[in-house]
Amino acid sequence: MIEVKNLVKSFDDKVVLNDISVKFEKGKTNLIIGASGSGKSVMLKNIVGLFKPDSGDILYDGRDFINAHRDLKTDIRREIGMLFQGGALFDSMTVEQNVKFPLDILTKMPEDEKLDRVNFCLKRVKLENTNKRMPSEISGGMQKRVGIARAIVNSSQYLFCDEPNSGLDPITSIKIDRLLAEITEEYQITTVIVTHDMNSVMEIGEYIMFLSNSHKLWEGNSDDIMHSGVQELDEFVFANKMMRKFRDQ
Amino acid sequence: MKSLGKYLLFISSLFKNRESFKTYVKLTLDECMLVGINSIVLVGLVSLFIGAVSTLQTAYNLINPLIPDSVIGLVVRDLTILELAPTITAIIFAGKVGSSIAGNLGTMRITEQVDALEVMGINSASYLVLPKIVGTLIMYPLLVILAGVLAIFGGFLAAKFGGVVSTADYFMGLKMDFNQFTVSFALIKSVVFGFLVSSISSYMGFFTKGGALEVGQASTRAVTVSCIAILFSDFILAQLLLVR
Repeated sequence: MIEVKNLVKSFDDKVVLNDISVKFEKGKTNLIIGASGSGKSVMLKNIVGLFKPDSGDILYDGRDFINAHRDLKTDIRREIGMLFQGGALFDSMTVEQNVKFPLDILTKMPEDEKLDRVNFCLKRVKLENTNKRMPSEISGGMQKRVGIARAIVNSSQYLFCDEPNSGLDPITSIKIDRLLAEITEEYQITTVIVTHDMNSVMEIGEYIMFLSNSHKLWEGNSDDIMHSGVQELDEFVFANKMMRKFRDQ
Repeated sequence: MKSLGKYLLFISSLFKNRESFKTYVKLTLDECMLVGINSIVLVGLVSLFIGAVSTLQTAYNLINPLIPDSVIGLVVRDLTILELAPTITAIIFAGKVGSSIAGNLGTMRITEQVDALEVMGINSASYLVLPKIVGTLIMYPLLVILAGVLAIFGGFLAAKFGGVVSTADYFMGLKMDFNQFTVSFALIKSVVFGFLVSSISSYMGFFTKGGALEVGQASTRAVTVSCIAILFSDFILAQLLLVR
Protein backbone atom coordinates (compact mmCIF):
# COMPACT_ATOMS: atom_id res chain seq x y z
CA MET A 1 0.00 0.00 0.00
CA ILE A 2 1.12 3.54 -0.75
CA GLU A 3 0.00 6.30 1.54
CA VAL A 4 0.28 9.97 0.62
CA LYS A 5 -0.19 12.43 3.47
CA ASN A 6 -0.73 16.18 3.09
CA LEU A 7 1.34 16.44 -0.07
CA VAL A 8 2.14 19.97 -1.19
CA LYS A 9 4.12 20.84 -4.31
CA SER A 10 4.56 24.18 -6.00
CA PHE A 11 6.66 25.53 -8.84
CA ASP A 12 7.80 29.08 -8.12
CA ASP A 13 4.61 30.71 -6.78
CA LYS A 14 2.15 28.32 -8.40
CA VAL A 15 0.79 25.63 -6.10
CA VAL A 16 0.24 22.50 -8.19
CA LEU A 17 -0.67 20.06 -5.42
CA ASN A 18 -2.34 21.41 -2.31
CA ASP A 19 -2.59 19.21 0.76
CA ILE A 20 -3.33 15.93 -1.02
CA SER A 21 -3.88 12.83 1.10
CA VAL A 22 -4.71 9.46 -0.39
CA LYS A 23 -4.22 5.72 0.10
CA PHE A 24 -3.49 3.44 -2.85
CA GLU A 25 -4.25 -0.14 -1.91
CA LYS A 26 -2.44 -3.31 -2.89
CA GLY A 27 -4.02 -5.52 -5.57
CA LYS A 28 -6.19 -2.67 -6.86
CA THR A 29 -5.93 -0.49 -9.95
CA ASN A 30 -5.81 3.00 -8.50
CA LEU A 31 -6.50 5.83 -10.92
CA ILE A 32 -5.61 9.49 -10.67
CA ILE A 33 -7.81 11.44 -13.06
CA GLY A 34 -8.25 15.08 -13.89
CA ALA A 35 -8.10 17.57 -16.72
CA SER A 36 -4.81 18.49 -18.41
CA GLY A 37 -2.72 20.64 -16.08
CA SER A 38 -4.57 19.48 -12.96
CA GLY A 39 -1.36 18.08 -11.45
CA LYS A 40 -1.81 14.34 -12.10
CA SER A 41 1.64 13.73 -13.57
CA VAL A 42 3.26 16.00 -11.00
CA MET A 43 1.64 13.93 -8.26
CA LEU A 44 2.92 10.71 -9.82
CA LYS A 45 6.43 12.15 -10.17
CA ASN A 46 6.36 13.19 -6.51
CA ILE A 47 5.32 9.70 -5.45
CA VAL A 48 8.11 7.98 -7.42
CA GLY A 49 10.70 10.53 -6.30
CA LEU A 50 11.34 12.36 -9.56
CA PHE A 51 10.15 15.56 -7.85
CA LYS A 52 10.70 16.52 -4.24
CA PRO A 53 7.52 17.68 -2.48
CA ASP A 54 7.51 20.97 -0.55
CA SER A 55 5.89 19.15 2.37
CA GLY A 56 3.98 16.00 3.22
CA ASP A 57 4.79 12.32 3.51
CA ILE A 58 4.82 9.38 1.15
CA LEU A 59 4.82 5.94 2.75
CA TYR A 60 5.54 2.73 0.85
CA ASP A 61 4.09 -0.03 3.04
CA GLY A 62 4.86 2.13 6.05
CA ARG A 63 8.34 3.11 4.88
CA ASP A 64 8.87 6.86 4.74
CA PHE A 65 10.15 7.54 1.22
CA ILE A 66 10.82 11.27 1.34
CA ASN A 67 12.94 11.34 4.46
CA ALA A 68 14.51 7.93 3.92
CA HIS A 69 18.27 7.40 3.92
CA ARG A 70 19.73 7.12 0.42
CA ASP A 71 20.10 3.33 0.72
CA LEU A 72 16.48 2.79 1.76
CA LYS A 73 15.34 5.16 -0.97
CA THR A 74 17.30 3.13 -3.52
CA ASP A 75 15.82 -0.10 -2.11
CA ILE A 76 12.28 1.27 -2.45
CA ARG A 77 12.99 2.57 -5.94
CA ARG A 78 14.16 -0.87 -6.95
CA GLU A 79 10.71 -2.21 -6.04
CA ILE A 80 9.11 0.31 -8.37
CA GLY A 81 8.22 -0.28 -12.00
CA MET A 82 7.06 2.58 -14.14
CA LEU A 83 5.47 2.86 -17.53
CA PHE A 84 6.06 6.29 -19.02
CA GLN A 85 3.78 8.19 -21.35
CA GLY A 86 6.01 7.62 -24.39
CA GLY A 87 7.25 4.22 -23.27
CA ALA A 88 10.73 5.63 -22.47
CA LEU A 89 12.42 2.58 -23.96
CA PHE A 90 16.17 2.91 -24.41
CA ASP A 91 16.39 3.44 -28.15
CA SER A 92 19.91 2.04 -28.49
CA MET A 93 18.79 -1.32 -27.07
CA THR A 94 16.65 -4.13 -28.50
CA VAL A 95 13.33 -5.10 -26.94
CA GLU A 96 15.06 -7.94 -25.09
CA GLN A 97 17.86 -5.71 -23.80
CA ASN A 98 15.32 -3.13 -22.65
CA VAL A 99 13.34 -5.66 -20.65
CA LYS A 100 16.50 -7.33 -19.31
CA PHE A 101 18.04 -4.00 -18.30
CA PRO A 102 16.65 -3.84 -14.71
CA LEU A 103 17.85 -7.41 -14.13
CA ASP A 104 21.33 -6.59 -15.47
CA ILE A 105 21.67 -3.57 -13.24
CA LEU A 106 19.76 -4.53 -10.13
CA THR A 107 20.31 -8.29 -9.74
CA LYS A 108 23.05 -10.88 -9.85
CA MET A 109 20.84 -13.43 -11.62
CA PRO A 110 22.62 -15.83 -14.02
CA GLU A 111 22.23 -14.91 -17.69
CA ASP A 112 20.01 -17.88 -18.63
CA GLU A 113 17.64 -17.13 -15.74
CA LYS A 114 17.47 -13.51 -16.84
CA LEU A 115 16.56 -14.55 -20.38
CA ASP A 116 13.89 -16.94 -19.06
CA ARG A 117 12.41 -14.13 -16.99
CA VAL A 118 12.52 -11.71 -19.96
CA ASN A 119 10.80 -14.23 -22.22
CA PHE A 120 8.19 -14.92 -19.54
CA CYS A 121 7.41 -11.20 -19.21
CA LEU A 122 7.33 -10.65 -22.97
CA LYS A 123 4.95 -13.60 -23.26
CA ARG A 124 2.84 -12.12 -20.44
CA VAL A 125 2.38 -8.92 -22.46
CA LYS A 126 1.82 -10.99 -25.64
CA LEU A 127 5.02 -9.94 -27.35
CA GLU A 128 6.75 -13.22 -28.09
CA ASN A 129 9.29 -13.22 -30.94
CA THR A 130 10.01 -9.50 -30.74
CA ASN A 131 13.20 -9.93 -28.70
CA LYS A 132 15.64 -8.73 -31.32
CA ARG A 133 13.61 -5.81 -32.66
CA MET A 134 14.54 -2.21 -31.90
CA PRO A 135 11.97 0.12 -30.25
CA SER A 136 11.81 2.17 -33.45
CA GLU A 137 10.70 -0.93 -35.37
CA ILE A 138 7.58 -1.62 -33.28
CA SER A 139 4.25 0.21 -32.93
CA GLY A 140 3.30 2.60 -30.12
CA GLY A 141 1.06 -0.02 -28.49
CA MET A 142 3.86 -2.59 -28.62
CA GLN A 143 6.27 -0.07 -27.10
CA LYS A 144 3.84 0.43 -24.22
CA ARG A 145 3.68 -3.33 -23.70
CA VAL A 146 7.46 -3.59 -23.73
CA GLY A 147 7.41 -0.79 -21.14
CA ILE A 148 5.03 -2.84 -18.99
CA ALA A 149 7.24 -5.93 -19.37
CA ARG A 150 10.25 -3.87 -18.27
CA ALA A 151 8.28 -2.49 -15.33
CA ILE A 152 7.32 -5.92 -14.00
CA VAL A 153 10.46 -7.91 -14.91
CA ASN A 154 12.08 -7.31 -11.54
CA SER A 155 8.96 -8.47 -9.67
CA SER A 156 8.07 -4.89 -8.80
CA GLN A 157 5.78 -4.32 -5.85
CA TYR A 158 4.57 -0.96 -7.10
CA LEU A 159 3.58 -0.20 -10.68
CA PHE A 160 3.09 3.36 -11.88
CA CYS A 161 1.72 4.28 -15.29
CA ASP A 162 1.66 7.78 -16.70
CA GLU A 163 -1.10 8.03 -19.30
CA PRO A 164 -0.64 4.48 -20.63
CA ASN A 165 -3.25 5.02 -23.37
CA SER A 166 -2.03 8.29 -24.84
CA GLY A 167 -1.64 8.06 -28.59
CA LEU A 168 -3.25 4.63 -28.84
CA ASP A 169 -6.40 3.54 -30.66
CA PRO A 170 -9.40 2.51 -28.48
CA ILE A 171 -8.91 -1.23 -29.02
CA THR A 172 -5.21 -1.17 -28.12
CA SER A 173 -6.04 1.12 -25.16
CA ILE A 174 -8.53 -1.38 -23.77
CA LYS A 175 -5.98 -4.19 -24.23
CA ILE A 176 -3.37 -2.21 -22.28
CA ASP A 177 -5.90 -1.39 -19.55
CA ARG A 178 -6.94 -5.01 -19.16
CA LEU A 179 -3.34 -6.13 -19.13
CA LEU A 180 -2.55 -3.68 -16.31
CA ALA A 181 -5.59 -4.83 -14.33
CA GLU A 182 -4.68 -8.50 -14.82
CA ILE A 183 -1.08 -7.96 -13.76
CA THR A 184 -2.21 -6.00 -10.69
CA GLU A 185 -4.51 -8.76 -9.55
CA GLU A 186 -2.24 -11.65 -10.51
CA TYR A 187 0.88 -10.33 -8.73
CA GLN A 188 -1.01 -8.44 -6.00
CA ILE A 189 0.94 -5.25 -6.63
CA THR A 190 -0.01 -1.65 -5.93
CA THR A 191 -0.79 -0.03 -9.25
CA VAL A 192 -1.27 3.70 -9.72
CA ILE A 193 -2.37 4.95 -13.14
CA VAL A 194 -2.60 8.55 -14.24
CA THR A 195 -5.14 8.99 -16.99
CA HIS A 196 -7.78 11.25 -18.47
CA ASP A 197 -9.27 8.50 -20.58
CA MET A 198 -12.86 7.81 -19.51
CA ASN A 199 -12.74 4.35 -21.14
CA SER A 200 -9.97 3.41 -18.70
CA VAL A 201 -11.91 4.88 -15.81
CA MET A 202 -14.97 2.79 -16.58
CA GLU A 203 -12.98 -0.33 -17.49
CA ILE A 204 -10.50 -0.68 -14.64
CA GLY A 205 -11.18 2.06 -12.06
CA GLU A 206 -11.30 0.18 -8.76
CA TYR A 207 -10.23 3.28 -6.88
CA ILE A 208 -10.42 6.69 -8.53
CA MET A 209 -9.14 10.01 -7.27
CA PHE A 210 -10.17 13.20 -9.06
CA LEU A 211 -7.81 16.14 -9.04
CA SER A 212 -8.92 19.63 -9.93
CA ASN A 213 -7.28 23.01 -9.37
CA SER A 214 -4.52 21.39 -7.30
CA HIS A 215 -7.00 19.81 -4.85
CA LYS A 216 -8.39 16.32 -4.43
CA LEU A 217 -12.06 16.90 -5.14
CA TRP A 218 -13.45 13.40 -5.10
CA GLU A 219 -12.58 9.74 -4.57
CA GLY A 220 -14.53 6.58 -5.27
CA ASN A 221 -14.86 3.84 -7.88
CA SER A 222 -16.18 3.47 -11.41
CA ASP A 223 -19.71 2.77 -10.18
CA ASP A 224 -19.91 5.88 -8.02
CA ILE A 225 -18.39 8.26 -10.54
CA MET A 226 -21.53 8.53 -12.66
CA HIS A 227 -23.46 10.14 -9.81
CA SER A 228 -20.86 11.90 -7.72
CA GLY A 229 -22.75 15.18 -7.43
CA VAL A 230 -19.47 17.10 -7.87
CA GLN A 231 -19.90 19.64 -10.65
CA GLU A 232 -16.24 19.68 -11.82
CA LEU A 233 -16.16 15.89 -11.94
CA ASP A 234 -19.45 15.73 -13.86
CA GLU A 235 -18.05 18.20 -16.39
CA PHE A 236 -14.98 15.97 -16.76
CA VAL A 237 -16.88 12.67 -16.94
CA PHE A 238 -19.62 13.83 -19.24
CA ALA A 239 -17.47 15.98 -21.47
CA ASN A 240 -18.10 13.81 -24.50
CA LYS A 241 -21.36 13.16 -26.27
CA MET A 242 -21.26 9.40 -25.77
CA MET A 243 -21.06 9.69 -21.97
CA ARG A 244 -23.84 12.27 -21.95
CA LYS A 245 -26.02 9.94 -24.00
CA PHE A 246 -25.20 7.11 -21.62
CA ARG A 247 -26.21 9.27 -18.63
CA ASP A 248 -29.45 10.40 -20.22
CA GLN A 249 -30.48 6.82 -20.95
CA MET B 1 28.22 31.77 -11.57
CA LYS B 2 24.98 29.86 -10.96
CA SER B 3 25.66 27.69 -14.02
CA LEU B 4 29.23 27.08 -12.88
CA GLY B 5 27.97 25.97 -9.46
CA LYS B 6 25.38 23.71 -11.06
CA TYR B 7 28.08 22.26 -13.34
CA LEU B 8 30.36 21.52 -10.36
CA LEU B 9 27.48 19.87 -8.46
CA PHE B 10 26.73 17.84 -11.57
CA ILE B 11 30.35 16.64 -11.76
CA SER B 12 30.35 15.70 -8.06
CA SER B 13 27.06 13.80 -8.50
CA LEU B 14 28.78 11.45 -10.98
CA PHE B 15 30.65 9.80 -8.14
CA LYS B 16 27.71 9.24 -5.79
CA ASN B 17 25.64 6.06 -5.62
CA ARG B 18 27.48 4.40 -8.52
CA GLU B 19 26.70 1.05 -10.10
CA SER B 20 29.11 -1.90 -10.14
CA PHE B 21 32.58 -1.52 -11.68
CA LYS B 22 31.75 -4.20 -14.26
CA THR B 23 28.81 -2.14 -15.53
CA TYR B 24 31.06 0.84 -16.13
CA VAL B 25 33.76 -1.19 -17.90
CA LYS B 26 31.36 -2.27 -20.63
CA LEU B 27 29.83 1.18 -20.99
CA THR B 28 33.26 2.82 -21.10
CA LEU B 29 34.44 0.46 -23.84
CA ASP B 30 31.33 1.31 -25.85
CA GLU B 31 32.03 5.00 -25.37
CA CYS B 32 35.68 4.54 -26.42
CA MET B 33 34.39 3.15 -29.71
CA LEU B 34 31.87 5.93 -30.19
CA VAL B 35 34.13 8.76 -29.08
CA GLY B 36 37.49 7.59 -30.36
CA ILE B 37 37.31 5.09 -33.16
CA ASN B 38 34.52 6.93 -34.97
CA SER B 39 36.54 10.18 -34.90
CA ILE B 40 39.74 8.73 -36.36
CA VAL B 41 38.95 9.42 -40.02
CA LEU B 42 37.89 13.04 -39.48
CA VAL B 43 40.77 13.85 -37.12
CA GLY B 44 43.26 12.07 -39.39
CA LEU B 45 42.11 13.87 -42.52
CA VAL B 46 42.08 17.30 -40.91
CA SER B 47 45.51 16.76 -39.32
CA LEU B 48 47.07 15.57 -42.56
CA PHE B 49 45.93 18.69 -44.40
CA ILE B 50 46.76 21.07 -41.55
CA GLY B 51 50.33 19.69 -41.50
CA ALA B 52 50.65 20.00 -45.26
CA VAL B 53 49.26 23.55 -45.35
CA SER B 54 51.44 24.60 -42.39
CA THR B 55 54.52 23.47 -44.30
CA LEU B 56 53.52 25.36 -47.45
CA GLN B 57 52.59 28.54 -45.59
CA THR B 58 55.74 28.50 -43.44
CA ALA B 59 57.82 28.11 -46.60
CA TYR B 60 55.88 30.94 -48.23
CA ASN B 61 56.67 33.24 -45.31
CA LEU B 62 60.37 32.35 -45.07
CA ILE B 63 61.75 34.70 -47.67
CA ASN B 64 64.98 35.61 -45.90
CA PRO B 65 67.82 33.65 -47.58
CA LEU B 66 69.78 33.67 -44.29
CA ILE B 67 67.20 31.41 -42.62
CA PRO B 68 67.84 27.74 -43.50
CA ASP B 69 64.99 25.68 -45.02
CA SER B 70 65.23 23.20 -42.16
CA VAL B 71 63.48 25.81 -39.99
CA ILE B 72 60.28 24.89 -41.85
CA GLY B 73 60.39 21.41 -40.28
CA LEU B 74 61.07 22.91 -36.86
CA VAL B 75 58.15 25.37 -37.15
CA VAL B 76 55.74 22.67 -38.34
CA ARG B 77 56.85 20.34 -35.53
CA ASP B 78 56.43 22.88 -32.72
CA LEU B 79 53.25 24.30 -34.19
CA THR B 80 51.79 20.82 -34.44
CA ILE B 81 52.81 19.56 -31.03
CA LEU B 82 52.09 22.72 -29.09
CA GLU B 83 48.90 23.92 -30.70
CA LEU B 84 47.51 22.25 -33.79
CA ALA B 85 47.31 18.66 -32.59
CA PRO B 86 45.79 19.26 -29.13
CA THR B 87 43.82 22.47 -29.65
CA ILE B 88 42.55 22.36 -33.23
CA THR B 89 41.67 18.68 -32.77
CA ALA B 90 39.78 19.65 -29.61
CA ILE B 91 37.70 22.17 -31.57
CA ILE B 92 36.90 19.52 -34.17
CA PHE B 93 36.23 17.02 -31.39
CA ALA B 94 33.84 19.44 -29.68
CA GLY B 95 31.95 19.83 -32.95
CA LYS B 96 31.68 16.12 -33.64
CA VAL B 97 31.65 14.34 -30.30
CA GLY B 98 30.45 17.19 -28.04
CA SER B 99 27.34 17.86 -30.12
CA SER B 100 26.66 14.13 -30.32
CA ILE B 101 26.93 13.71 -26.52
CA ALA B 102 24.63 16.67 -25.87
CA GLY B 103 22.14 15.53 -28.50
CA ASN B 104 22.12 11.97 -27.19
CA LEU B 105 21.59 12.96 -23.56
CA GLY B 106 19.11 15.69 -24.48
CA THR B 107 17.01 13.21 -26.44
CA MET B 108 17.15 10.74 -23.56
CA ARG B 109 16.01 13.48 -21.22
CA ILE B 110 13.02 14.66 -23.25
CA THR B 111 11.87 11.11 -24.01
CA GLU B 112 11.94 10.30 -20.26
CA GLN B 113 14.69 7.67 -20.62
CA VAL B 114 16.68 9.52 -17.94
CA ASP B 115 13.61 9.49 -15.65
CA ALA B 116 13.23 5.75 -16.31
CA LEU B 117 16.76 5.20 -14.98
CA GLU B 118 16.10 7.38 -11.92
CA VAL B 119 12.87 5.52 -11.11
CA MET B 120 14.84 2.24 -11.17
CA GLY B 121 17.10 3.66 -8.46
CA ILE B 122 20.03 4.23 -10.80
CA ASN B 123 22.09 7.42 -10.58
CA SER B 124 21.39 8.45 -14.17
CA ALA B 125 24.13 11.09 -14.26
CA SER B 126 26.74 8.62 -13.15
CA TYR B 127 25.46 5.80 -15.35
CA LEU B 128 25.20 7.88 -18.50
CA VAL B 129 27.91 10.50 -18.14
CA LEU B 130 30.83 8.92 -16.27
CA PRO B 131 31.57 6.39 -19.06
CA LYS B 132 31.50 9.21 -21.61
CA ILE B 133 34.03 11.24 -19.64
CA VAL B 134 36.31 8.28 -18.91
CA GLY B 135 36.03 7.10 -22.53
CA THR B 136 37.03 10.57 -23.72
CA LEU B 137 39.92 10.80 -21.25
CA ILE B 138 41.25 7.51 -22.64
CA MET B 139 40.68 8.18 -26.33
CA TYR B 140 41.28 11.89 -26.78
CA PRO B 141 45.03 11.82 -25.88
CA LEU B 142 45.40 8.94 -28.37
CA LEU B 143 43.63 11.02 -31.02
CA VAL B 144 45.98 13.92 -30.28
CA ILE B 145 49.01 11.66 -30.71
CA LEU B 146 47.57 10.41 -34.00
CA ALA B 147 46.80 13.98 -35.08
CA GLY B 148 50.37 15.07 -34.30
CA VAL B 149 51.93 12.19 -36.21
CA LEU B 150 49.66 12.68 -39.22
CA ALA B 151 50.16 16.47 -39.27
CA ILE B 152 53.93 16.01 -39.37
CA PHE B 153 53.48 13.33 -42.02
CA GLY B 154 51.26 15.76 -43.97
CA GLY B 155 54.06 18.28 -43.74
CA PHE B 156 56.45 15.67 -45.11
CA LEU B 157 54.11 14.96 -48.05
CA ALA B 158 53.87 18.70 -48.79
CA ALA B 159 57.66 18.95 -48.64
CA LYS B 160 58.12 15.97 -50.94
CA PHE B 161 55.44 16.76 -53.52
CA GLY B 162 55.13 20.54 -53.12
CA GLY B 163 58.83 21.10 -53.70
CA VAL B 164 59.06 23.92 -51.12
CA VAL B 165 61.70 22.19 -49.01
CA SER B 166 63.79 19.05 -49.42
CA THR B 167 62.75 16.08 -47.31
CA ALA B 168 66.27 16.00 -45.82
CA ASP B 169 65.91 19.61 -44.63
CA TYR B 170 62.40 18.88 -43.35
CA PHE B 171 63.62 15.91 -41.26
CA MET B 172 66.61 17.92 -40.02
CA GLY B 173 64.17 20.62 -38.87
CA LEU B 174 62.02 18.06 -37.10
CA LYS B 175 65.00 16.93 -35.01
CA MET B 176 66.45 20.41 -34.40
CA ASP B 177 66.37 21.75 -30.79
CA PHE B 178 63.68 19.28 -29.78
CA ASN B 179 62.27 19.88 -26.30
CA GLN B 180 60.58 16.74 -24.97
CA PHE B 181 58.43 18.76 -22.60
CA THR B 182 56.35 20.01 -25.55
CA VAL B 183 55.00 16.47 -25.96
CA SER B 184 54.15 16.26 -22.26
CA PHE B 185 52.50 19.68 -22.53
CA ALA B 186 50.41 18.51 -25.49
CA LEU B 187 49.29 15.42 -23.56
CA ILE B 188 48.39 17.48 -20.47
CA LYS B 189 46.33 19.75 -22.72
CA SER B 190 44.66 16.75 -24.34
CA VAL B 191 43.49 15.42 -20.96
CA VAL B 192 42.15 18.83 -19.90
CA PHE B 193 40.43 19.45 -23.24
CA GLY B 194 38.97 15.95 -23.33
CA PHE B 195 37.50 16.43 -19.87
CA LEU B 196 36.10 19.87 -20.73
CA VAL B 197 34.44 18.77 -23.98
CA SER B 198 32.87 15.61 -22.53
CA SER B 199 31.74 17.12 -19.23
CA ILE B 200 30.40 20.40 -20.65
CA SER B 201 28.57 18.61 -23.47
CA SER B 202 27.11 16.10 -21.01
CA TYR B 203 26.01 18.90 -18.70
CA MET B 204 24.30 20.75 -21.55
CA GLY B 205 22.53 17.61 -22.76
CA PHE B 206 21.61 16.25 -19.35
CA PHE B 207 19.68 19.34 -18.29
CA THR B 208 17.80 19.82 -21.56
CA LYS B 209 14.16 20.82 -21.09
CA GLY B 210 11.46 20.95 -23.72
CA GLY B 211 11.46 19.20 -27.07
CA ALA B 212 13.40 18.60 -30.27
CA LEU B 213 14.16 22.30 -30.72
CA GLU B 214 15.78 22.50 -27.29
CA VAL B 215 17.86 19.39 -27.99
CA GLY B 216 19.28 21.14 -31.06
CA GLN B 217 19.93 24.27 -29.00
CA ALA B 218 21.66 22.21 -26.31
CA SER B 219 23.96 20.66 -28.94
CA THR B 220 24.86 24.07 -30.33
CA ARG B 221 25.44 25.46 -26.84
CA ALA B 222 27.60 22.46 -25.96
CA VAL B 223 29.90 23.15 -28.92
CA THR B 224 30.05 26.90 -28.28
CA VAL B 225 30.78 26.64 -24.56
CA SER B 226 33.26 23.78 -25.09
CA CYS B 227 35.20 25.85 -27.66
CA ILE B 228 35.34 28.86 -25.33
CA ALA B 229 36.45 26.64 -22.44
CA ILE B 230 39.14 25.03 -24.64
CA LEU B 231 40.58 28.37 -25.73
CA PHE B 232 40.47 29.81 -22.22
CA SER B 233 42.13 26.77 -20.64
CA ASP B 234 44.66 26.71 -23.49
CA PHE B 235 45.78 30.18 -22.47
CA ILE B 236 45.85 29.32 -18.76
CA LEU B 237 47.88 26.14 -19.36
CA ALA B 238 50.36 27.94 -21.61
CA GLN B 239 50.76 30.66 -19.00
CA LEU B 240 51.22 28.14 -16.19
CA LEU B 241 53.43 25.57 -17.91
CA LEU B 242 55.35 27.36 -20.65
CA VAL B 243 56.05 30.87 -19.38
CA ARG B 244 59.12 30.96 -17.17
